[in-house]
Amino acid sequence: MIELPPEAWQALALSLRVSAIATIAALPLAVWVAHLLARRRFRGHGLLDALVHLPLVLPPVVTGYALLLLFSRGGPIGGVLEPLGWGVAFRWTGAAIAAGVMAFPLMVRAIRQAIEAVDPGLEEAAATLGLSPVRIWWRVTLPLAAPGVLAGVTLGFAKAFGEFGATITFVASIPGETRTLPAAIYAFLQVPGGAPGLRGLVLIAVVVAVGAVFVSNWIAPRIAARVAGR
Amino acid sequence: MRARIKRAQGAFTLDVDLSAGPGVTALFGPSGAGKTTVARCLAGLVRPDAGEITLGGQVLFGPGGNLPPHRRGVGYVFQEPRLFPHLDVRQNLLFGAPKGADPAPVAARLGIAALMDRRPGGLSGGEAQRVAIGRALLRAPRLLILDEPLAALDAPRRADILPWLETLRAEGLPILYISHSMEEVARLADTLVLLRDGRVARAGPLTEILSDPEAAALIGPSQAGAVLEGRVVATADGLATVETPAGRLQIAGAPPEGGRIRVRIRAEDVMVATQPPEGLSALNVLPAVIAGVHEGQGPGVMLRLRAGDGALLARVTRRSFAALGLAEGCAVWAVLKASGVARADVGGG
Repeated sequence: MIELPPEAWQALALSLRVSAIATIAALPLAVWVAHLLARRRFRGHGLLDALVHLPLVLPPVVTGYALLLLFSRGGPIGGVLEPLGWGVAFRWTGAAIAAGVMAFPLMVRAIRQAIEAVDPGLEEAAATLGLSPVRIWWRVTLPLAAPGVLAGVTLGFAKAFGEFGATITFVASIPGETRTLPAAIYAFLQVPGGAPGLRGLVLIAVVVAVGAVFVSNWIAPRIAARVAGR
Repeated sequence: MRARIKRAQGAFTLDVDLSAGPGVTALFGPSGAGKTTVARCLAGLVRPDAGEITLGGQVLFGPGGNLPPHRRGVGYVFQEPRLFPHLDVRQNLLFGAPKGADPAPVAARLGIAALMDRRPGGLSGGEAQRVAIGRALLRAPRLLILDEPLAALDAPRRADILPWLETLRAEGLPILYISHSMEEVARLADTLVLLRDGRVARAGPLTEILSDPEAAALIGPSQAGAVLEGRVVATADGLATVETPAGRLQIAGAPPEGGRIRVRIRAEDVMVATQPPEGLSALNVLPAVIAGVHEGQGPGVMLRLRAGDGALLARVTRRSFAALGLAEGCAVWAVLKASGVARADVGGG
């Protein structure tokens, strides 16, 4: 077992919780948006595409600032949530939102590619067999796109786990509340010579990221084989 | 089924009015004639610009609206099998079938009963297409469209599936068979619709159109030929004697005695003599009367020959036509070699 100070374990636990919740919460929306972008043509298609990619291309600190404006007490969303006691500013839920927003474009991209790779001819065949568009989606498109959805989840989780700039801008780095693993590494680095546990945290970051890729690579061919009908 | 469809696709315009009743209606035409667009409009996969499509008294498309494909009850077998790769054969067959449907009888009839637990990835092209046909049948469609189901297969696979398609005729449901192969059409169809450049060039009973020299020009001289239905009265020496409306024919092959078969006689394989020929190796010589003449732009002349109660189509050169002094009303002898009736064209009627 690696010798780590309690605040390091705290940061790891928080990061796992934040990135898991962010990924799970973002997934349905990412699948829906990916489906819209892949299969539907509508006014504002290009705008939606650009909007989805915004967190990917903006400096994270800008994204964090935008979230701050939206979710602060005086902001359009924060103004509604705060009086209800559901405020997210400087809370771990805010960190999850920041992580989710940053992971979202990567998830949409991967899932969209997977949906685009599904032969529309199969969806047509399903329609002539009497399936409504919703049932076609559940019984044909989604199962066939599953490997891509998994890739999107892995990528999204890794991104959420490593997210730093937007998070620290939006919810700062409060130990036990919003100090995620990257923020803790940064804080440990501020101590001259590096605080004890710095190397352990860095090692953990590497293990989690590589582990996520391994798990994904282990599951993906099994789904792909199932889907390819072998 | 009745369909009036107008649709513009770039420079191509489709403007057709066609109907199909029980039995097999073939939609025949060269590629680019608009066959698949018609089929896709019927299935609801493509929206016509204007027109009306009705099926069994229900309006599928019209000024009132456009019924989505899943509510039309129109089955569709595509050129490629389009099986769901994540499902096995049984699940593919039952996809879209009503609850509690039993795939066994259909699977047995299509010869795929042994494949039930296989995945589509492991099937041959012919097997996969038979599963696709079974899948379309099991959802109990009110109209079944077969859109060149054999075009993507090689000749042996095609020969493998044709007999199964013939069994579909016994289903009694209206079938629209789309093809550019007269061999398939002559074997399967009861009614023929000739499509050309987005228009219906001819439509009517198959035997009537195939013995019409005017229609032969639309079909193409090498594919043109009459179809006769007859009964096998005897088989001997690898030859079958078939009683047809045009007279008795000897054809190669050994179809079951007493069974009804369809014989296709290509116009190119019929010779015409003005006197009873003698000392000829050809087995089939039928007395006939020239009932129609069509001179096109090409080097040949297409003749409709009335023999008994049947009709044949014969293609002769312009030179022979003039040299023999042929004309409508002339009594002639039609000479066709038994081997001139291709085996692949011998189908159960």
